[in-house]
Amino acid sequence: MLEDKDRIFTNLYGFLDWRLKAARARGAWDGTKAILERGHEAVIEEVKASGLRGRGGAGFPTGLKWSFMPKQSDGRPNYVVINADESEPGTCKDRDIMRHDPHLLIEGALIASFAMRAHTSYIYIRGEFIAEREVLQAAIDEAYDAKLIGKNNINGWDFDLYLCHGAGAYICGEETALLESLEGKKGMPRLKPPFPANVGLYGAPTTVNNVESIAVVPDIMRRGATWFASLGKPNNTGTKLFCISGHVNEPCNVEEEMGIPLRELVDKHAGGVRGGWDNLLAVIPGFVGAVHPGKRVRKPTHGFRQPENPEDRAWHRRRDYHGQVHRHHPRHRAPVLFLQT
Amino acid sequence: MSVRRLAADQPEAFAFSPENLQWAKGQIAKFPEGKQASAVLALLWRAQEQCGGWLPEPALRYIADMLGMAYIRVYENATFYTMFNLAPVGKFYVQLCGTTPCWLRDADALKSVCRRMIGAPGHVTKDGMFSWSEVECLGACVNAPVVQINKDYYEDLTPESFERVLNDLRNGKTVKPGPQDGRHSSEPFNGPKTLLNVRHSDA
Repeated sequence: MLEDKDRIFTNLYGFLDWRLKAARARGAWDGTKAILERGHEAVIEEVKASGLRGRGGAGFPTGLKWSFMPKQSDGRPNYVVINADESEPGTCKDRDIMRHDPHLLIEGALIASFAMRAHTSYIYIRGEFIAEREVLQAAIDEAYDAKLIGKNNINGWDFDLYLCHGAGAYICGEETALLESLEGKKGMPRLKPPFPANVGLYGAPTTVNNVESIAVVPDIMRRGATWFASLGKPNNTGTKLFCISGHVNEPCNVEEEMGIPLRELVDKHAGGVRGGWDNLLAVIPGFVGAVHPGKRVRKPTHGFRQPENPEDRAWHRRRDYHGQVHRHHPRHRAPVLFLQT
Repeated sequence: MSVRRLAADQPEAFAFSPENLQWAKGQIAKFPEGKQASAVLALLWRAQEQCGGWLPEPALRYIADMLGMAYIRVYENATFYTMFNLAPVGKFYVQLCGTTPCWLRDADALKSVCRRMIGAPGHVTKDGMFSWSEVECLGACVNAPVVQINKDYYEDLTPESFERVLNDLRNGKTVKPGPQDGRHSSEPFNGPKTLLNVRHSDA
């Protein structure tokens, strides 16, 4: 199990205060100026070296994505857009970041925008998250008041962060649909190419990142890429918020190492499968490799396989992008959803 | 759900209250010169709040004029985004999540409560207090089953606790949003298994 000292989201469950003072006591906004003083390229290189891959689900290397942004402006500004349109069934992790640890996200937004030479960033949160929106906006206001962000802030990079919201459209989680929505249109995906890094928001270079991808960046910069890369498995480094829902004894969110075996994840954190593992009909996985254990399965389901016995390696398949990618499974997020008859 | 048309009965006119007008200007200022259309969802949402939970047609034209948008561009936003109600709803508008994680934890039983206490989806009770509809994943899956009532989420519901919430709202009692089974947020039912050292610090 991941040790508490290696956890990034130390207020995941909201037992502590989300406000600036308490967030600072937990380590947020510590040495941010010094991080920025290392320079744009150094930040991108550190994120690359950490092995961080996009936490929205596609798993694209975050540092590499950032490096696609123009280093010289042709007159258009660079934008960073943060995708908080968390709508995939089974996924409810960004919600906890925004309502319980919003300052990690705000600080990450500043560092990411600095790395990509953007002075403006928009967070697009799903319309249903109204209470979360209020907390996040209050945290942004705190950061402005403390001059941590804004014009002439104490961190030395002019930066405006704006919170925008949707109004009920699952499709706006797709990055180009999100950009359309942010421009005041129906959220309908654009054709690619051109990719957002060339033609994104308002036709300007734009990078869209998931909330969790951004919120882990301050800790990567403070503790170092080596620390982050030492967790998880090669090519699947770091920690990850998992959402375990459905027919388990104790559904919960939890931060764990990438690559944790499914059975360990569920037994340790979610109290096991309701009625025992033999009672299981299916697992609908995100990062989870396609697993379909259990003797009670009556007909094969497309995309799943059924191991013959509990010793089958599928039980122990690692929960990471590799287990995922190699199964060609269409869903790539971090929910683990359990089904019984 | 799939057919979304403006209501037949519409008020004559709409205008933001002075406070909302001031607020709307702040929203428009978030975006670069000439990109004020970006504020359309925020303004529509505020108009819906001001109108008691639904968007009358004059509000669409009012906002289109304010943002310099063609009326049709605002109409199509209002019909595309499902949180905009195009006809009046109850004072307490229940959005019940019926997607897989909630369904697995018996959202169907909550639907039965809605049918019994409120009626068919979209129907507003005679006293004007309630109406309901089924929505897609609300994004609180580890706290399933979940409903959203106006701006608040009510989580970890059973038919009994859901009925109690509805009755309390009807009777004007204060109801605490969030989990209804004593859980704090998204930790395991029997308490967190991680970060135990910080658990009781200042909850």
